[in-house]
Amino acid sequence: MNDDRAMTADLINRRTLLRAASISVVALMIPYAQAAMPDEVASAIRELIGDALPRDSGIVLQVPETAENGAVVPVTVLVDSPMTAERHVRAIHLIATKNPTPGIASFQLTPAAGRAQVSMRVRLAESQTLLVFAEHSDGVVSRAAADIKVSVGGCLT
Amino acid sequence: MTAPLTGRPRLKLPASAARGEVIEIRTLLDHPMETGLRKGPDGQPIPRDMLASFVAQANGESFVRVDFRNASSAHPHLVFFAKISGPTDFNFIWTHEDGRTLSAAARVEVT
Repeated sequence: MNDDRAMTADLINRRTLLRAASISVVALMIPYAQAAMPDEVASAIRELIGDALPRDSGIVLQVPETAENGAVVPVTVLVDSPMTAERHVRAIHLIATKNPTPGIASFQLTPAAGRAQVSMRVRLAESQTLLVFAEHSDGVVSRAAADIKVSVGGCLT
Repeated sequence: MTAPLTGRPRLKLPASAARGEVIEIRTLLDHPMETGLRKGPDGQPIPRDMLASFVAQANGESFVRVDFRNASSAHPHLVFFAKISGPTDFNFIWTHEDGRTLSAAARVEVT
Protein backbone atom coordinates (compact mmCIF):
# COMPACT_ATOMS: atom_id res chain seq x y z
CA MET A 1 0.00 0.00 0.00
CA ASN A 2 2.84 2.31 0.87
CA ASP A 3 4.39 1.53 -2.47
CA ASP A 4 1.16 2.44 -4.25
CA ARG A 5 0.98 5.69 -2.42
CA ALA A 6 4.61 6.45 -3.18
CA MET A 7 3.99 5.68 -6.85
CA THR A 8 0.94 7.94 -6.97
CA ALA A 9 2.89 10.71 -5.30
CA ASP A 10 5.67 10.18 -7.78
CA LEU A 11 3.24 10.39 -10.73
CA ILE A 12 1.72 13.57 -9.39
CA ASN A 13 5.14 15.08 -8.91
CA ARG A 14 6.13 14.16 -12.42
CA ARG A 15 2.93 15.61 -13.91
CA THR A 16 3.24 18.77 -11.84
CA LEU A 17 6.83 19.08 -12.92
CA LEU A 18 5.95 18.56 -16.57
CA ARG A 19 3.18 21.10 -16.38
CA ALA A 20 5.31 23.67 -14.56
CA ALA A 21 8.16 23.12 -16.99
CA SER A 22 5.90 23.41 -20.01
CA ILE A 23 4.62 26.78 -18.85
CA SER A 24 8.11 28.21 -18.51
CA VAL A 25 9.27 27.17 -21.97
CA VAL A 26 6.08 27.16 -23.99
CA ALA A 27 7.21 30.12 -26.08
CA LEU A 28 10.44 28.42 -27.10
CA MET A 29 9.22 25.07 -28.30
CA ILE A 30 8.05 25.11 -31.89
CA PRO A 31 5.95 22.68 -33.91
CA TYR A 32 8.29 20.02 -35.19
CA ALA A 33 6.91 20.42 -38.70
CA GLN A 34 8.35 23.94 -38.82
CA ALA A 35 11.88 22.75 -38.21
CA ALA A 36 14.14 23.28 -41.21
CA MET A 37 15.84 20.02 -42.02
CA PRO A 38 18.78 19.54 -44.38
CA ASP A 39 19.30 16.03 -45.82
CA GLU A 40 22.19 15.22 -43.49
CA VAL A 41 19.99 15.99 -40.49
CA ALA A 42 17.21 13.77 -41.85
CA SER A 43 19.66 10.91 -42.38
CA ALA A 44 21.19 11.37 -38.90
CA ILE A 45 17.66 11.05 -37.49
CA ARG A 46 17.02 7.87 -39.52
CA GLU A 47 20.26 6.41 -38.21
CA LEU A 48 19.12 6.98 -34.64
CA ILE A 49 15.43 6.05 -34.73
CA GLY A 50 15.16 3.96 -37.90
CA ASP A 51 11.81 4.04 -39.68
CA ALA A 52 9.75 4.99 -36.62
CA LEU A 53 7.15 7.69 -37.22
CA PRO A 54 7.63 10.05 -34.29
CA ARG A 55 4.71 11.85 -32.71
CA ASP A 56 4.70 15.29 -31.12
CA SER A 57 3.88 14.71 -27.49
CA GLY A 58 5.20 14.07 -24.05
CA ILE A 59 8.52 15.92 -24.19
CA VAL A 60 9.42 19.15 -22.46
CA LEU A 61 12.56 20.79 -23.76
CA GLN A 62 14.07 23.44 -21.50
CA VAL A 63 16.53 25.67 -23.34
CA PRO A 64 17.47 29.35 -23.18
CA GLU A 65 15.66 31.52 -25.71
CA THR A 66 18.98 33.24 -26.42
CA ALA A 67 22.34 31.65 -25.71
CA GLU A 68 25.09 34.22 -25.15
CA ASN A 69 27.77 31.62 -25.68
CA GLY A 70 27.07 28.93 -28.28
CA ALA A 71 29.86 26.78 -26.84
CA VAL A 72 27.90 25.99 -23.68
CA VAL A 73 24.14 25.97 -24.14
CA PRO A 74 22.31 24.27 -21.27
CA VAL A 75 19.63 21.80 -22.38
CA THR A 76 17.22 19.81 -20.22
CA VAL A 77 14.96 17.14 -21.68
CA LEU A 78 12.03 15.85 -19.67
CA VAL A 79 9.98 12.98 -21.09
CA ASP A 80 6.60 11.96 -19.70
CA SER A 81 7.12 8.33 -18.68
CA PRO A 82 6.47 6.32 -15.51
CA MET A 83 9.89 4.63 -15.96
CA THR A 84 8.61 1.20 -14.92
CA ALA A 85 9.89 -2.11 -16.29
CA GLU A 86 6.82 -2.22 -18.59
CA ARG A 87 6.82 1.41 -19.68
CA HIS A 88 9.98 3.45 -19.81
CA VAL A 89 12.11 5.62 -22.04
CA ARG A 90 14.92 3.65 -23.63
CA ALA A 91 16.78 6.47 -25.34
CA ILE A 92 16.87 10.24 -25.78
CA HIS A 93 18.63 11.68 -28.83
CA LEU A 94 19.62 15.33 -29.39
CA ILE A 95 20.18 16.69 -32.90
CA ALA A 96 21.43 20.08 -34.11
CA THR A 97 19.94 21.27 -37.42
CA LYS A 98 22.54 23.90 -38.41
CA ASN A 99 25.84 22.67 -36.99
CA PRO A 100 28.61 21.41 -39.31
CA THR A 101 27.61 17.92 -38.08
CA PRO A 102 24.13 17.17 -36.67
CA GLY A 103 25.05 14.82 -33.81
CA ILE A 104 24.94 16.17 -30.23
CA ALA A 105 24.54 13.14 -27.96
CA SER A 106 22.37 10.11 -27.22
CA PHE A 107 21.31 8.96 -23.76
CA GLN A 108 20.34 5.33 -23.09
CA LEU A 109 18.19 4.88 -19.99
CA THR A 110 16.81 1.96 -17.98
CA PRO A 111 13.94 1.93 -15.46
CA ALA A 112 16.60 2.19 -12.71
CA ALA A 113 17.06 5.83 -13.72
CA GLY A 114 13.65 6.44 -12.10
CA ARG A 115 12.95 9.58 -14.11
CA ALA A 116 13.21 10.26 -17.85
CA GLN A 117 15.01 13.56 -17.42
CA VAL A 118 18.53 14.46 -18.51
CA SER A 119 20.55 17.66 -18.81
CA MET A 120 23.72 18.46 -20.68
CA ARG A 121 25.47 21.39 -22.33
CA VAL A 122 25.65 21.56 -26.11
CA ARG A 123 27.59 23.49 -28.74
CA LEU A 124 25.65 25.45 -31.33
CA ALA A 125 27.53 27.07 -34.22
CA GLU A 126 24.72 29.54 -34.94
CA SER A 127 21.05 30.24 -34.18
CA GLN A 128 19.06 27.13 -35.01
CA THR A 129 16.44 24.57 -34.11
CA LEU A 130 17.31 21.83 -31.62
CA LEU A 131 15.54 18.48 -32.11
CA VAL A 132 14.93 15.85 -29.48
CA PHE A 133 13.68 12.28 -29.95
CA ALA A 134 12.63 9.92 -27.17
CA GLU A 135 12.38 6.17 -27.81
CA HIS A 136 9.89 4.45 -25.50
CA SER A 137 10.02 0.79 -24.47
CA ASP A 138 6.86 0.05 -26.50
CA GLY A 139 8.57 1.25 -29.67
CA VAL A 140 6.81 4.62 -29.82
CA VAL A 141 9.08 7.56 -30.61
CA SER A 142 8.16 11.07 -29.50
CA ARG A 143 9.83 14.25 -30.67
CA ALA A 144 10.11 17.94 -29.85
CA ALA A 145 11.84 20.99 -31.28
CA ALA A 146 12.99 24.34 -29.90
CA ASP A 147 14.51 27.42 -31.50
CA ILE A 148 17.62 28.84 -29.86
CA LYS A 149 19.18 32.17 -30.78
CA VAL A 150 22.95 32.13 -30.46
CA SER A 151 24.83 35.41 -29.87
CA VAL A 152 28.37 34.04 -30.26
CA GLY A 153 28.74 30.76 -32.14
CA GLY A 154 30.22 27.71 -30.47
CA CYS A 155 33.48 27.60 -32.47
CA LEU A 156 32.87 24.30 -34.19
CA THR A 157 34.95 25.23 -37.20
CA MET B 1 48.46 15.36 -28.92
CA THR B 2 45.43 14.70 -26.80
CA ALA B 3 44.78 15.94 -23.30
CA PRO B 4 45.73 13.49 -20.57
CA LEU B 5 42.68 11.83 -19.07
CA THR B 6 43.66 12.63 -15.52
CA GLY B 7 41.16 15.24 -14.39
CA ARG B 8 39.35 14.60 -11.14
CA PRO B 9 35.69 14.12 -12.01
CA ARG B 10 33.32 16.12 -9.83
CA LEU B 11 30.21 14.34 -8.59
CA LYS B 12 27.17 15.74 -6.84
CA LEU B 13 24.73 13.31 -5.31
CA PRO B 14 23.29 12.79 -1.84
CA ALA B 15 25.15 10.58 0.66
CA SER B 16 21.89 8.94 1.67
CA ALA B 17 18.34 8.57 0.42
CA ALA B 18 15.10 6.83 1.30
CA ARG B 19 14.33 3.49 -0.31
CA GLY B 20 12.34 4.16 -3.47
CA GLU B 21 13.53 7.77 -3.72
CA VAL B 22 14.69 9.11 -7.08
CA ILE B 23 17.92 11.06 -6.59
CA GLU B 24 19.55 13.61 -8.86
CA ILE B 25 23.14 12.96 -9.91
CA ARG B 26 25.42 15.61 -11.44
CA THR B 27 28.77 14.80 -13.00
CA LEU B 28 31.42 17.09 -14.45
CA LEU B 29 34.73 16.18 -16.07
CA ASP B 30 37.27 18.66 -17.42
CA HIS B 31 37.92 17.74 -21.04
CA PRO B 32 38.40 19.92 -24.16
CA MET B 33 36.14 17.75 -26.39
CA GLU B 34 37.97 18.93 -29.53
CA THR B 35 36.07 17.94 -32.64
CA GLY B 36 39.00 18.15 -35.08
CA LEU B 37 36.95 20.64 -37.12
CA ARG B 38 38.49 23.73 -35.53
CA LYS B 39 41.62 25.52 -36.70
CA GLY B 40 44.17 26.95 -34.28
CA PRO B 41 45.62 30.48 -34.46
CA ASP B 42 48.28 29.16 -36.89
CA GLY B 43 45.55 28.03 -39.31
CA GLN B 44 46.33 24.37 -38.70
CA PRO B 45 43.48 22.04 -37.68
CA ILE B 46 43.43 21.23 -33.96
CA PRO B 47 43.56 17.41 -33.68
CA ARG B 48 40.41 15.61 -32.57
CA ASP B 49 40.33 14.79 -28.87
CA MET B 50 36.87 13.58 -27.84
CA LEU B 51 35.28 11.45 -25.19
CA ALA B 52 33.15 8.75 -26.82
CA SER B 53 30.86 7.82 -23.96
CA PHE B 54 29.86 7.98 -20.33
CA VAL B 55 28.32 5.16 -18.33
CA ALA B 56 26.69 5.31 -14.90
CA GLN B 57 26.44 2.03 -12.99
CA ALA B 58 24.50 1.23 -9.82
CA ASN B 59 25.82 -1.86 -8.01
CA GLY B 60 27.49 -2.92 -11.24
CA GLU B 61 24.44 -2.46 -13.49
CA SER B 62 24.49 0.28 -16.14
CA PHE B 63 21.42 2.51 -15.89
CA VAL B 64 22.44 5.59 -17.90
CA ARG B 65 24.74 5.70 -20.90
CA VAL B 66 25.64 8.76 -22.95
CA ASP B 67 27.23 8.68 -26.40
CA PHE B 68 28.91 12.00 -27.10
CA ARG B 69 28.98 13.52 -30.59
CA ASN B 70 30.56 16.69 -31.99
CA ALA B 71 28.09 19.12 -30.42
CA SER B 72 28.68 17.92 -26.85
CA SER B 73 30.26 20.89 -25.03
CA ALA B 74 33.75 20.89 -23.58
CA HIS B 75 33.90 19.77 -19.93
CA PRO B 76 30.84 17.53 -20.17
CA HIS B 77 28.37 18.30 -17.41
CA LEU B 78 25.56 15.78 -17.09
CA VAL B 79 22.47 15.66 -14.90
CA PHE B 80 20.43 12.46 -14.61
CA PHE B 81 18.51 10.46 -12.03
CA ALA B 82 18.63 7.14 -10.22
CA LYS B 83 15.99 5.26 -8.25
CA ILE B 84 17.40 4.03 -4.96
CA SER B 85 16.21 0.52 -4.09
CA GLY B 86 18.86 -0.17 -1.43
CA PRO B 87 22.40 0.83 -0.46
CA THR B 88 24.03 1.62 -3.78
CA ASP B 89 27.61 1.77 -4.99
CA PHE B 90 27.70 4.06 -7.99
CA ASN B 91 30.48 3.95 -10.55
CA PHE B 92 30.83 6.53 -13.30
CA ILE B 93 33.07 5.79 -16.29
CA TRP B 94 34.14 8.16 -19.06
CA THR B 95 35.65 6.52 -22.16
CA HIS B 96 37.79 8.39 -24.68
CA GLU B 97 37.56 7.62 -28.40
CA ASP B 98 41.05 6.12 -28.14
CA GLY B 99 39.84 3.66 -25.50
CA ARG B 100 41.29 5.27 -22.36
CA THR B 101 38.90 5.40 -19.42
CA LEU B 102 38.54 7.41 -16.23
CA SER B 103 36.19 6.51 -13.43
CA ALA B 104 34.81 7.84 -10.17
CA ALA B 105 32.82 6.13 -7.44
CA ALA B 106 30.30 7.17 -4.79
CA ARG B 107 28.07 5.36 -2.31
CA VAL B 108 24.52 6.18 -1.33
CA GLU B 109 23.26 4.75 1.97
CA VAL B 110 19.62 4.07 2.67
CA THR B 111 18.06 5.96 5.56
